[in-house]
Amino acid sequence: MAKLTGITEEKTIKSESLWSISFRRMRKNRTAIAGMIILIIFALIAIFAPLIAPYDPFNQNFIKSFRPPSLEHFLGTDEFGRDVFSRIIYGARISLQIGFVSVFISLILGVSLGLTAGYYGGWLDMLIMRIMDLMLSFPYILLALVIMSILGPGIFNAMIAIGIVYVPQYARIVRSSVLSVKKKEYVMAAQALGASDLRIILKHVFLNSMAPIIIQTTLSIGRAIINAAGLSFLGLGAQPPTPEWGAMLSNGQNFLRNAPWIATFPGIAIALLVLGFNLVGDGFRDAFDPRLHK
Amino acid sequence: MFNYILRRVLLLIPLLLAISVVVFFMIHLIPGDPVQIMLGNKGTAEDAARLRSELGFDQPLHIQYLKFLGNLVQGDLGRSIRNRNPVINEIKAAFPATIELTVLSMIFASIIGIAAGIVSAIKQYSIVDNLTMVGALLGISMPVFWVGMMLMLIFGARLGWLPISGRISRVTDLEVITNFYLLDSILTQNWAALKSTFSHLILPAITLATIPVAMIARMTRSTTLEILNQDYIRTARAKGLTEKVVILKHVLKNSLIPVVTIIGLQFGSFLGGAVLTETVFARPGVGRLLINGILGRDFPVIQGAVIFIASFFIFINLVVDILYSYLDPRIHYS
Repeated sequence: MAKLTGITEEKTIKSESLWSISFRRMRKNRTAIAGMIILIIFALIAIFAPLIAPYDPFNQNFIKSFRPPSLEHFLGTDEFGRDVFSRIIYGARISLQIGFVSVFISLILGVSLGLTAGYYGGWLDMLIMRIMDLMLSFPYILLALVIMSILGPGIFNAMIAIGIVYVPQYARIVRSSVLSVKKKEYVMAAQALGASDLRIILKHVFLNSMAPIIIQTTLSIGRAIINAAGLSFLGLGAQPPTPEWGAMLSNGQNFLRNAPWIATFPGIAIALLVLGFNLVGDGFRDAFDPRLHK
Repeated sequence: MFNYILRRVLLLIPLLLAISVVVFFMIHLIPGDPVQIMLGNKGTAEDAARLRSELGFDQPLHIQYLKFLGNLVQGDLGRSIRNRNPVINEIKAAFPATIELTVLSMIFASIIGIAAGIVSAIKQYSIVDNLTMVGALLGISMPVFWVGMMLMLIFGARLGWLPISGRISRVTDLEVITNFYLLDSILTQNWAALKSTFSHLILPAITLATIPVAMIARMTRSTTLEILNQDYIRTARAKGLTEKVVILKHVLKNSLIPVVTIIGLQFGSFLGGAVLTETVFARPGVGRLLINGILGRDFPVIQGAVIFIASFFIFINLVVDILYSYLDPRIHYS
């Protein structure tokens, strides 16, 4: 009896696509759902920031400086009397923007370089991948700092720097999937039918490397947010008075002894948001893992 | 084995050359006039002319690069624009502080990470396992510099147990020989200095270890789980060995191979994390030197620190690869 159910199950699974199985698995994964909920909450906070924040994040009021958390100021105030809670709410906009923009930069550059290297091979492949290896021979933060010292401080430059740092990872993932599908019959059939290189690359090769790209993207948005906060903390990313979480932490360190709330809460916000991306990323990894589908 | 090592060492040469090219061109990629940017508003026209000829900007680019490379090979990294000190001396002074921090942090991360990973694997799905895995997930989600600040707040400012900045207390005298304070205090048998140096290292080392501890714990757990399912473990148990012997002799030994690689490969993130940790704890290391260089647009210092950290990083990766091939007899390199 047990054997029989096994066979029927296998049949139904075969008729389903990898995508539908993966999304079904994802829905059943409780930690991934928890991550998704965290991300949705942060997205809503970012979108409705002006409605949620009780005060203007830039509004200075020296009479109210260094107020500890209270009913009036939920998470206290900073040295300029600005409401920490309102600044964190607005900071969600900036951090999410940094995460998405920098990962978008790495995606565009990394995917096109990886597709080109893998599909055309030869000297072009060699050149692209050696440059990627060179970039990987720097620790991530160091490479970002090299780029920042060329571009100069600023939040947009920080996004570019972090975007460039993660290019090699995407290029490698995409290149290896290209190499694995390049010799498949359906790609050769498309070539025989006279499809253009661009069409083959986008329609057959790129779509088949989507799963690892989705996993990588989710995890790297989280890392990009932490690294951007790090650059701001070092004084290279967002500049005051921007309510960016890393910059708020850097400022809060000056008042750690007497007003610890200024540095405590932005850190919790970063950790929660990044945790959300990590949970969802891990969920995608489990869901797309073909070894677990058996 | 010897051929493999030789080939790997020879392969370092083009990589190091490539790094030197990147670092050399950094200055030339800055938008605007680099001399003006480096001097800020302070420099006079003569200062600018002097700096221009000091940096060799009046010569053709390829000559500039060859000179740069020639000096580099001789250990001459130029002079800092801010304080006119030779950059190599600044790095020599800062490097031991960074090494003390990273090595201590690495030891800490390895011990805690491996122990936590093995315990969670043995007690899979227990409360201990779940707590460890949640902790590991939090560990990789928290910003390192925030962890540092919270530790400072709790153990430094509130409880007053540990110092929160610098390398050694100002009132402690230490005869500096190697600039590795831990080593120097042992060499001179200065136990007060040893205690002070060590206590200044604890919070930064824990801070720097947060992410690696989490990674090592996750990795150890998954490799240990794989090994626990192997036939030879069943055999070991079947022949009546105690659980302690099975775990220590059969499981631990085999699960360490991939973990050692992870620890080695984490060294880059230790060096990167050191930049942030040194900033939080105001420790005078290479990371702090680099950040001050970037903030002050002191390009000779930036170039020197970047070359130094990157070369050190690829050297460590080489050592890890060689160790790995030595530890795992299944791997053969031709």
